[in-house]
Amino acid sequence: MLLHSPSTRTAVKAALIAVLALLLGVPLLAVVLAAFAGSWNGVWPSDPTFAHLADALSADNLASISVSLQTAFIASIVAVAVGAWAALAARSAGGRAAKAIDAAFHLPAAVPSVVVGLGLLAAFSRPPLTLNGTATIVVIAQTTLVLAFSYSTVAGAAEVLDPALEQVAGSLGAGSLRVLLTVRLPLLLPSIGAALGLAFALCMGELGATIMVYPASWRTLPVSIFALADRGSLFLAAADTLVLIASTVAVLALIARLRGRTTVR
Amino acid sequence: MTAAPETPRAATMRARARWAVGSHGSARVAGAERRDRRSLRTLLWAVPPLAVLTAIFLVPLAETVWQSVSTTSGAFAGFGTWSQALSSAALGRAVGTTLWIALLTTCGCVLVGTFLAVGLSFVPFSGSRVAVRLLEAVVSFPSFIIPLAFGILYGRAGVLNSALAGLPGSPHVDFVNDLPGVVFAEIAYFTPFVVRPLLAVFGQIPRELLDVSGSLGAGPLMTLRRVILPDARPALAASAGLVFLLAMNEFGIIMFTGAKNVVTLPMLVYTKSIVTFDLPSAAVVACAQLALSLAVYGLYRALVRRLSGGSRAAA
Repeated sequence: MLLHSPSTRTAVKAALIAVLALLLGVPLLAVVLAAFAGSWNGVWPSDPTFAHLADALSADNLASISVSLQTAFIASIVAVAVGAWAALAARSAGGRAAKAIDAAFHLPAAVPSVVVGLGLLAAFSRPPLTLNGTATIVVIAQTTLVLAFSYSTVAGAAEVLDPALEQVAGSLGAGSLRVLLTVRLPLLLPSIGAALGLAFALCMGELGATIMVYPASWRTLPVSIFALADRGSLFLAAADTLVLIASTVAVLALIARLRGRTTVR
Repeated sequence: MTAAPETPRAATMRARARWAVGSHGSARVAGAERRDRRSLRTLLWAVPPLAVLTAIFLVPLAETVWQSVSTTSGAFAGFGTWSQALSSAALGRAVGTTLWIALLTTCGCVLVGTFLAVGLSFVPFSGSRVAVRLLEAVVSFPSFIIPLAFGILYGRAGVLNSALAGLPGSPHVDFVNDLPGVVFAEIAYFTPFVVRPLLAVFGQIPRELLDVSGSLGAGPLMTLRRVILPDARPALAASAGLVFLLAMNEFGIIMFTGAKNVVTLPMLVYTKSIVTFDLPSAAVVACAQLALSLAVYGLYRALVRRLSGGSRAAA
């Protein structure tokens, strides 16, 4: 036990709870309450209402949610596929090649999202590939941003994989493809699932690169929320944020179900 | 997003895995020719993902650099935009603001994060499990949820101000749309990045060690300084580096606070390219930001490598 005197222990606990409440509890609670507040002019909100939530689920907003879900789905699946492939390739290559692949795939994590967005505008605004103004450029932006994360999650799991298992499979006559499909990938499945979940969550909340490249026809939910907050509709923005988090959590729960009883990283 | 700082345990496991691979490799049963062919084939496997990375990330970065020295039609235009941007005060101010916010955020996160991690590990209360789960969940929430909440609570027309208005003298708070608002929001959002690795480290400290330290006459502060914190130093340094990098690159939080006079490099890139359509100037700012971010990232990687190497040597 670190603190033996009950009075210090109580004091530290109180400070702990106060910091946690100020840092996260109160802000998160405020967003939830604001989403249901008709007005908020005192310490507590008044006139509870579902109007903001109904607005957040109106046709216009449902389109934004659908855009966000589609973009995040495709981007996270592509990012995890490419990242996992790279992680496996790095592990088989070993040595200097592995270090080079590792460095290259960690790089996107160091670059600010706005710079990634500007780069895509610079690269894809003229032939041969004119993607500026399409949904594809938004998907590419989000893929790039979660690529490093997907790679490092799978690479971390691949590194602590027991190499003896593959060698045994190989010595028993299994070809490389069979070893990949029946030994390595199943063992990496938990990390791939974890990477997929967090990549999806990050894509759903992505703002920096998306706001640089999105066309008016493909507006994600965070961009809509920013537009609301910018013109002062904070309660509506809060309701939309709740919807955003709820749909993210729903998809994450689905991924966790698909992963079955595999252990969480 | 970024890789979590490596824990000493992962480093040891990695060393073990390397050792296992190495001991098999040293058997040298295969002929050199067969090995060469195999290594060429394994390298070929790395080509498709590297091609994707090049197409969607490396080429766009190169195009950004090229955009800063070219005309809109794509011809080389010289370094006019560069000298113009470098001589203007705006870029220097943005660099200063970016680093200053990142530094304040890092200090705040390290202080608050250490306090929370020590408290949650060694002075647990009913509900501390829920708090840990919440801290872990917040990382996957969109970052703008914090500035949004700050606007609702402490904004000019926010809850706190309307509550204060009833008091005599009608006191007033107004920090959300300014530098303190940005720094507080970033501290709130990035603190979990410090708490999580620290909780992992503290979970491995045997509780008997604290009792022994106490029975030998050390007060709680001395136990904290001499027993608990030395173990946490590598994880703390690594997560501080990570928070600095994330804070330097942060965009959503600053955008949502609507702080017009807090112009960091990402904000400058955004305003120059999307608001004023001055793409060459935006590219110059992006290059400056890129150089700064990559330098900090290089330092961070070197730090993590050195610290994990040190713990491996100690193990």
